[in-house]
Amino acid sequence: MAERLMGDSVESDICIIGAGPAGLSAAVAALERASSVTVVDENVHPGGQIWRHDQIKGENPELRVLMNRLPRERVNLISSATVIAAPAKGRLIAETPHGATPISYQRLILATGARERFLPFPGWTLQNVTGVGGLQALVKGGLKIADQRIVIAGSGPLLLAVAAYLKQVGARVVLIAEQAPRRRLIRFGLSLFSNPARLGQALTLKRQLSGIPYLTDCYPVAADGEDKVRRVILQQGAKIWQVECDYFACSFHLLPNLELASLLNCGIEAGRVVVDNSQRTSEPDIYSAGEATGVGGLELSILEGRIAGYMASGNLPGAARLFRRRDRARRFARLLDQTFASTAVLRELPSDQTIVCRCEDVALGSLREHRSWKAAKLQSRCGMGPCQGRICGPAVEMLLGWQPDSVRPPALAARLDTLLLTAELAEGQNTQEWSKE
Amino acid sequence: MAEKVTILIDGTVHEVECGTTVAAAVLNAGRSLFRRSVTGAGRGPLCGMGICYECRVEIDGVLHSRSCLVPCRSGMEVRTDG
Repeated sequence: MAERLMGDSVESDICIIGAGPAGLSAAVAALERASSVTVVDENVHPGGQIWRHDQIKGENPELRVLMNRLPRERVNLISSATVIAAPAKGRLIAETPHGATPISYQRLILATGARERFLPFPGWTLQNVTGVGGLQALVKGGLKIADQRIVIAGSGPLLLAVAAYLKQVGARVVLIAEQAPRRRLIRFGLSLFSNPARLGQALTLKRQLSGIPYLTDCYPVAADGEDKVRRVILQQGAKIWQVECDYFACSFHLLPNLELASLLNCGIEAGRVVVDNSQRTSEPDIYSAGEATGVGGLELSILEGRIAGYMASGNLPGAARLFRRRDRARRFARLLDQTFASTAVLRELPSDQTIVCRCEDVALGSLREHRSWKAAKLQSRCGMGPCQGRICGPAVEMLLGWQPDSVRPPALAARLDTLLLTAELAEGQNTQEWSKE
Repeated sequence: MAEKVTILIDGTVHEVECGTTVAAAVLNAGRSLFRRSVTGAGRGPLCGMGICYECRVEIDGVLHSRSCLVPCRSGMEVRTDG
């Protein structure tokens, strides 16, 4: 494949980062007033994580409805593009298969979604130990999973949704282990009665999961096997036992993706992008919507996306109409956080030998010698690998109480041509600062 | 039936359904080791969505490509550390 040094540059009034439910809803809303929008997305197909393109089931019907409202001639969708730097106000650099693409914008909407929270335990680096959404994404990408034995553990509603999906496509889901205490889940379950739609979804899920044990107060103490995982050791109260499996899917609820917001100096508090009631961040021309502002599920993401799209296109009445529904959906988001918050016992899972930073193979024991992220990074390279602390950062925060460091460009591992272009566009910037990777 | 494309994984020919990601194709080929870590441990996909970089392989000569983000294309050459 012939590599161009630089992709075509893109100019747009409204630029949206992320083509999931929030980003696409923002695009549809913005197009009521704006003549065109640009949407930048990291994946090959739009849809984000929840509407990820599925090799088995094809395109998600809800996604199709939204895409039909986004005419090609008015939406510049840049797929397979990762934003890695913001060299100047109103400018971004995205890395695409065709090279680095400079993007300029007047107003920006960050709909960067969420990722899974991973917590280390002995054996979590074995092959075929994946995230929960991670395994689903692989299956949607064509991984053959029929008749494979799968243990699902961790925390959050995602465990149930993915179990139902995997069962439906022929996998043998052995059991689901939820770390949250039973009393929290009962409270959560009762709250669903105030929302008939959500209750309906929950009951459907329950029916789909019949025959699969759902254990609460239950967590993995280790994964075991030579290269690949062969069995998982689980604990519930005083009971410890092992379960054989082919894949072990484990993650502890979700975390907003904050790197780009941080790079753009948007205010961040309690692990979320801070927004006002019009979805505006602390930076005047930058809005944020969806999971980046706090994990709240599909309905909230769509509402926030629409509000951000209306605001960015100057349609204040359109936005204001949705505030009440958005606020109601946000209460559910807070309940999710409370219900699936990690219990303290999870801090005891890794031993001193357990690897925390998978990029640089830094074990917990060697991190304990340091007093802060910065010291640990400089001396152990923890969080300095290609993922830039995206996986180990949240784990370190929980295990050692260290707050994450600020994000510096490039926000992710980038190719040299991208870095050169970024340096070129950053007037007055010293090239050396960009070319460390 | 879905259309098929032919790719090479570590020199061996594999027929995969069109649209399959490289990560899924490697796993379907019975290989779970994608890369060797800095201390030599074999690793495979974790996040499935381009965040963890554990699934990186060489694709058509480009090192450190995130295989979970790349769909298989006809004639593609994939190299793992396995």
